[in-house]
Amino acid sequence: MAQGIKDHDDKTHPLQGAGGLDHAALSDIFNQDENRVDWHDETLWWIRQKRDKAVNQLPEWESLRETASQIKNNVLSDLSNYLLQFEANATKNGITIHWAADAKEHNEIVLSLLLSKQVMQMVKSKSMLTEECHLNEFLAENGIDVIDSDLGERIVQLAKEPPSHIVLPCIHKKKEEIGELFHQYLGTPAGNADPQFLTETARQHLRETFLTRKATLTGVNFAVAATGEFVVCTNEGNADMGAHLADIHIASMGIEKIIPERKHLGVFLRLLTRSATGQPITTYSSHFSKPRAGQEMHIIIVDNGRTVQLGREDFRNSLKCIRCGACMNTCPVYRRSGGHSYHNAISGPIGSILAPNLDMEKYADLPFASTLCGSCSNVCPVKIDIHQQLYKWRQVIVKNGYATTAKKASMHLMSFTLSTPSVYHVGGKAGRWVLKHAPFAVNNKFNPWYKHRDMPEPPKESFGEWYAKNKNGKQ
Amino acid sequence: MSSRDKILAAVALNQPGKVDLPDINFLKGTTGNHIEKFIEVLTSIGGKAIAVKSFDDIVAFVKQTTNPGDRVVSTFHEMSDVELINKYHGLPHDLQDIELAVIGAGLGVAENGAVWIKGDLLSQRVIPFICQHLAVILKKDEIVANMHDAYEKIGNEDYGFSTFIAGPSKTADIEQSLVLGAHGARTMTVFLIE
Amino acid sequence: MRVGLFIPCYVDQFYPDAAKATLQLLEKLGVDVVYPPKQTCCGQPMANSGFEHLTTGCNELFIKNFAEFDYVVAPSGSCVLHMREHLHDDKNPEVAAQLSNKVYELTSFLTDVLKVTSLPARFPHKVGFHQSCHGQRGLHLSQMSELVAPGFSKPGSLLNMVEGIEIIPLNRIDECCGFGGTFCVVEEAVSAKMGKDRVEDHLEHGAEFITGVDMSCLMHMEGILHRQGSKVKVLHIAQILNGSPLTP
Repeated sequence: MAQGIKDHDDKTHPLQGAGGLDHAALSDIFNQDENRVDWHDETLWWIRQKRDKAVNQLPEWESLRETASQIKNNVLSDLSNYLLQFEANATKNGITIHWAADAKEHNEIVLSLLLSKQVMQMVKSKSMLTEECHLNEFLAENGIDVIDSDLGERIVQLAKEPPSHIVLPCIHKKKEEIGELFHQYLGTPAGNADPQFLTETARQHLRETFLTRKATLTGVNFAVAATGEFVVCTNEGNADMGAHLADIHIASMGIEKIIPERKHLGVFLRLLTRSATGQPITTYSSHFSKPRAGQEMHIIIVDNGRTVQLGREDFRNSLKCIRCGACMNTCPVYRRSGGHSYHNAISGPIGSILAPNLDMEKYADLPFASTLCGSCSNVCPVKIDIHQQLYKWRQVIVKNGYATTAKKASMHLMSFTLSTPSVYHVGGKAGRWVLKHAPFAVNNKFNPWYKHRDMPEPPKESFGEWYAKNKNGKQ
Repeated sequence: MSSRDKILAAVALNQPGKVDLPDINFLKGTTGNHIEKFIEVLTSIGGKAIAVKSFDDIVAFVKQTTNPGDRVVSTFHEMSDVELINKYHGLPHDLQDIELAVIGAGLGVAENGAVWIKGDLLSQRVIPFICQHLAVILKKDEIVANMHDAYEKIGNEDYGFSTFIAGPSKTADIEQSLVLGAHGARTMTVFLIE
Repeated sequence: MRVGLFIPCYVDQFYPDAAKATLQLLEKLGVDVVYPPKQTCCGQPMANSGFEHLTTGCNELFIKNFAEFDYVVAPSGSCVLHMREHLHDDKNPEVAAQLSNKVYELTSFLTDVLKVTSLPARFPHKVGFHQSCHGQRGLHLSQMSELVAPGFSKPGSLLNMVEGIEIIPLNRIDECCGFGGTFCVVEEAVSAKMGKDRVEDHLEHGAEFITGVDMSCLMHMEGILHRQGSKVKVLHIAQILNGSPLTP
């Protein structure tokens, strides 16, 4: 098993500074306001229901998912050729290709491109890869001002927080809080929390930004090997407003964004937004093939641990992800713990199987932040076996020594007891005796149970004991 | 070794054994009333479809929905009294005051209400995004059932930039309240012609 | 047909009535059932915590206890799923593989092997059916709400054979209850909140009883109901299908 890659960029997430708390601890904090948990849960469940409604309009939905999964399997199996093909075709189209081994190199390429044009301000549309690389912080340290143009990302940027969801960056924020941020930073009247009004304010504020920025950065949803074009999907039109006005357009993509041919876009564009928000397609699905006259277009192809993940047989198909966020919306844990509890750029179930590849120690808690209910795998449009990978990561994390000592000891004891019938039957009886006669003295390690739950009334005898008395010999 | 060579070598080393691409032909759309479906879906995503007989109807619509002095641009010679944008040589930024743009669409997709806009037919790619209101002219018989049919029709078309646009610009980032008119056009009208 | 009865450890220890009901129900249906006394646990609590490598002893014991039977039946979707997916024995891989395919969760054994079409049971109450995830999404005991596919429910079809029962509707038909094995203590806050929300859905729809194929989920929900002082009871599905849910 390949070793996890340490993130070269040691800057911590704004929220993660809080004592390096793990998912359970951060969830505990999130759950101190139960009304808010209910609100968060209901909001995301509503999106899950919109997704259900949309996908049920396509009788071929399941075969569409299967087809997408097979296309991605093909891509991963021939990725080196596809990358070369993409590079050749994009270059022929007049796009400059850059390669970045890790986050640091990616950020440095962006900076050098901006400095080469003497650009100190950039407008950026949504790119989870740049969140993964902590690009904004890096550029800020180097005197470059970045404005995020997706409304949700702009909101969390003003709040100095990372996005809590890959598709809905500020889904954790209430409109009143957003109104307050806009009041503070954009001069809207205090107390105005009307989404229509706030969106219009952002439109005016960002239009000015689009018109004055000479550089833009976008993500890449799909990169077509056969044509060298790439597709960027937005509902707001912010990627296009940036790209078609700026002198230089930089697009950042992970190596896994490749698809073989243009016709395969049909499969993925049908799946992406239905899974994400329940819309039949995003408002804009823009196909960039060549820079416009007088413009420069650059693509940065980033590894940052992806080739290592590709080598992990049990986990490689996490690279099929198209970043729709459906696994987050359906996840009963995510809905009740919030995206920030995952202390990683990509939260939720998919984040929990991607993050340990980057840093197994730092993200050792994430594969355990699940009940393994399996809903994530069922909504995944490219059929990633997310919950199976969560299970497998648990095994890898324990084998690599990232389980706490106490847990290790109790597991060894449990293993011994449960594989030794004579010990089990004594342990079982004693356990019940303790529970019955000293309910407050019960094994302290499992005390969290009692915070919100009782244990059942212990019966007089176990089934095994009853069977021995009443059934044995009667057979 | 350059990062490029390092990455490509690592990919080649770590990628699994080759598996074939699946056939996707079976996903092509079935026959049905694509026009009706297109109108239904476009309406549901906040767009508007208007069946017209001739350019006169479109000209009348423009007169009705704009004020004198509004900047209205079009790529169609048939649109009288509006600024012809085909030969625009200025900066894209100077298009920021466009109130209404009337442009052509290559095809429409019934399943999602999207239209295919060929950016290369526009003097500036930003036109359909920067205008306050967008109107698109689409021939009824250019409407296909689904995205697979759409890409079959697009085929190997060579373009610098093209885009699918489905309805007006929108966002639901604030508490999932749908707001039309985020950064792009506030409204989208599709004129369906024979 | 000889059937080995596998009773999960926590059912053995805390819910003997569910185990008795399973035994009686199978016997009533004419099955020759034996409970090998030296059984303990399927090993899932360790495996799900990342310690699958420590389950060798559990696996060997399970094979020793059950290899001789035509089928193994357990009143738990979760334990059965674990055996189906993870039962292995490096020394006897074929024996382990054969055995894992013979392990059945109770309701699917009734519908798929015994092909039961009627049950002599009566339960005139409003009952909420909890879809335990491992049984549903793991063993496909019933259709999953995420998929575009025709509906079915093996446990549901059996409950419909019970006279007088009224299965209540739910807002979220197959949301996880939050038990999740050691998740219930390691992630206490989310686990308890999930349990509260699940229970609330049943209460809102007037459930007198909550039932399901997994006693572990039910234990979790019972713990919450009890803490809330609710009169609503949990029952393993075997207790309803057997027609004699409550023993003193």
